[in-house]
Amino acid sequence: MTWDVALILITDGLANGAVYLLAGLGLVLIFSVTRVVFVPFGDIAAFAALSLAAFETGRVPATIGMVAVLAALALATEIGSLLRRGEGSRIPKAVLMWGVLPAIPCVLAWLAARPGVPVAVHIAVAVLLVVPIAPLLARVVFQPIADASVLVLLIVSLALHFLLSGLGLLFFGPEGSRTTPLTSAVFTLGGGFTVSGQVVLMVGAAIVLSGLFFLVFERTVAGKALRATAVNRVGARLVGIRPVRTALLAYGCASLLAGLIGVLIAPVTTMYYDSGFIIGLKAFVAAIIGGLVSYPMTAVGALAVGVVESFASFWSGAMKDVIVFSLLIPVLMLRSFMVTHSEEEEDEVDQ
Amino acid sequence: MKSLMLILTRGALAAALTACGVASVFAADLKVGLSVSLSGPNSSLGVPYAKGMQAALAYKPEINGRKVQLIVLDDGSDPTTAGRNARKLIEEDKVDVLMGTSGVPAAIAMAQVGKEAKTPMIGLTPILLDPNENPWVMTVAQPTQLMIDAVVERMKRNNVKTVGYIGFTDAWGDLVYDALMKAAPGAGIKVVSNERYARADASVTGQVLKIVALRPDAVMTGGAGTPGALPFLALQERGYKGGVYGQHGLINPDFVRVVGAAGQNALMPTGPVIVAEQLPDGYPTKKIATDFRAVFQKVNNAPTSDAFSAYSFDGWLVFADAASRAMKKAEPGTAEFRVALRDAIFSTKEVVGTHGVYTFKPGSLYGVDERARVIVKLDNGQWKLAP
Repeated sequence: MTWDVALILITDGLANGAVYLLAGLGLVLIFSVTRVVFVPFGDIAAFAALSLAAFETGRVPATIGMVAVLAALALATEIGSLLRRGEGSRIPKAVLMWGVLPAIPCVLAWLAARPGVPVAVHIAVAVLLVVPIAPLLARVVFQPIADASVLVLLIVSLALHFLLSGLGLLFFGPEGSRTTPLTSAVFTLGGGFTVSGQVVLMVGAAIVLSGLFFLVFERTVAGKALRATAVNRVGARLVGIRPVRTALLAYGCASLLAGLIGVLIAPVTTMYYDSGFIIGLKAFVAAIIGGLVSYPMTAVGALAVGVVESFASFWSGAMKDVIVFSLLIPVLMLRSFMVTHSEEEEDEVDQ
Repeated sequence: MKSLMLILTRGALAAALTACGVASVFAADLKVGLSVSLSGPNSSLGVPYAKGMQAALAYKPEINGRKVQLIVLDDGSDPTTAGRNARKLIEEDKVDVLMGTSGVPAAIAMAQVGKEAKTPMIGLTPILLDPNENPWVMTVAQPTQLMIDAVVERMKRNNVKTVGYIGFTDAWGDLVYDALMKAAPGAGIKVVSNERYARADASVTGQVLKIVALRPDAVMTGGAGTPGALPFLALQERGYKGGVYGQHGLINPDFVRVVGAAGQNALMPTGPVIVAEQLPDGYPTKKIATDFRAVFQKVNNAPTSDAFSAYSFDGWLVFADAASRAMKKAEPGTAEFRVALRDAIFSTKEVVGTHGVYTFKPGSLYGVDERARVIVKLDNGQWKLAP
């Protein structure tokens, strides 16, 4: 292997790593706040990418209908639980929150599907369209079982993934799509080595978004509430943080991240209805390296996964995924040797 | 919502097809049972198969003055359902011949039922079976080796001495690689790499870098459908200047859409029906292919853009030819007729179809020769005959 080849592989790996980084951040965020390993994360990214592709081919993405149906389900769940608790006076607010709010991106997307709309609007709308998906799913599926064990939550989450990828197949068909590149710029570094603008964009987006995350967690009340919930759910509740609200915030942020991932990678890889799963799986490896709690370690893990994947595909294309997922074994062994057994937080919630 | 409409249309299509079949149940003498994937992941192939069969029915609705009844069932892209459909077609509908389906495993499941019930089956996909073990099945699809041989011949003509291979990690990648390895030495071509990738992979940069570093004169790809576009895109990105060759798994409008400019000038083999208008006038399959285009347009109100509907059409032609001979020996609807039909199909001689000229022999699944393949070039999103 020459230095040129190694450099190309490293760039390719970093670009993929940037995507895993964003996905990993989303996974860690949701897990630390709600103890849910959110498997459908990647599916939401695929929905964003395929919706964008649908816009580009002049079709109305079926995602709109899905979001609308989910919103109706969530609204029904919410009204049902309000009525059961005898809080009927709060129904108008629930309608606004669960009915009107998710409908806004649907209407925007429906308008954007008309001919002559600029690409930038399509991208923005494709991202916005998937933002309500995770919070709505959470309201319908996870909120009623929020105190269940991690294993139950994981199983439900896995079932949701199969549901979403099935819907993806129904909506977008078995064949993949690519969208037009966001930028066609090519940067030439010394020695004839080139980096495409798209890669710079992906790495840049990862850096900027993780920076924003850091600021939100350190400087805003909402961010501090998220951190507090992550550290100790019961303690957070005692100081007046509502876990339901922080959970929804976490799902919303993660959904936004997934949407951004979708539009960032749609031009460089062919996206299929089930492409999201493998992205989510590799982000999960990164998140495990970070112990599902540490954002910086997840970032390092994500870049490592990206680079290892890239080199593995050079050495042995057929064994690439085997090599990447084998990373889990030493990491888990190391963690179980080094980490002292932490307190079982779920017990506190159950009691 | 368009997808939903599409599914409803497909459902309606399936219902309509079945209804047509039921309506003519008393008038018909010969019965053809078709099981295809009108729903599920294979439906992008199954729907054209069904449409092609409707065109065939309109083209040749009678054999020796007797009406033919077509019964269509949906297998939902599932081999188990395909097997059950085959059983239903044979036991309840008492069909004389089975045809199907859009997936190789499902077609094998059907063929097993056909063998048990002693009913001949005309496969529409390249079925992988030992013909000596199941003497009731044959297929109108081209064998992989025949197609890859054409690619290798073309490489030889283009003075290719070394070729890099990149294909799927699955059975299709193996099939293409094995066929390439079998054909290449005879043409004095050396295969220098065997890189693989999974259908779901996001990038093949690593594999392509390795191939480019070996500096082969050409690259052969062993993929299918939209994932098959990945090596073309990666090779273009790395500035590879040699020729890139594909195979018939890539003749698909979705592949053309995804590969875009990276597929420019790529060469691949296919059945001649894809470029029927561009064939020289003397080409044996030109007339029937043009007829097929016309009848398909009339029946389905849309032009053909795929190879699958043409396989259905050819299956029907092979059946019609064999049935007209078998009817002299036995009465349709009886076990004797099914045996006679099987023997007649296996003695098919020079039946001209849209994909090729069919001559079946016992002990062989396939019935086509060199006339069933042409090399086409992808030129600005259009398939052009590359003579």
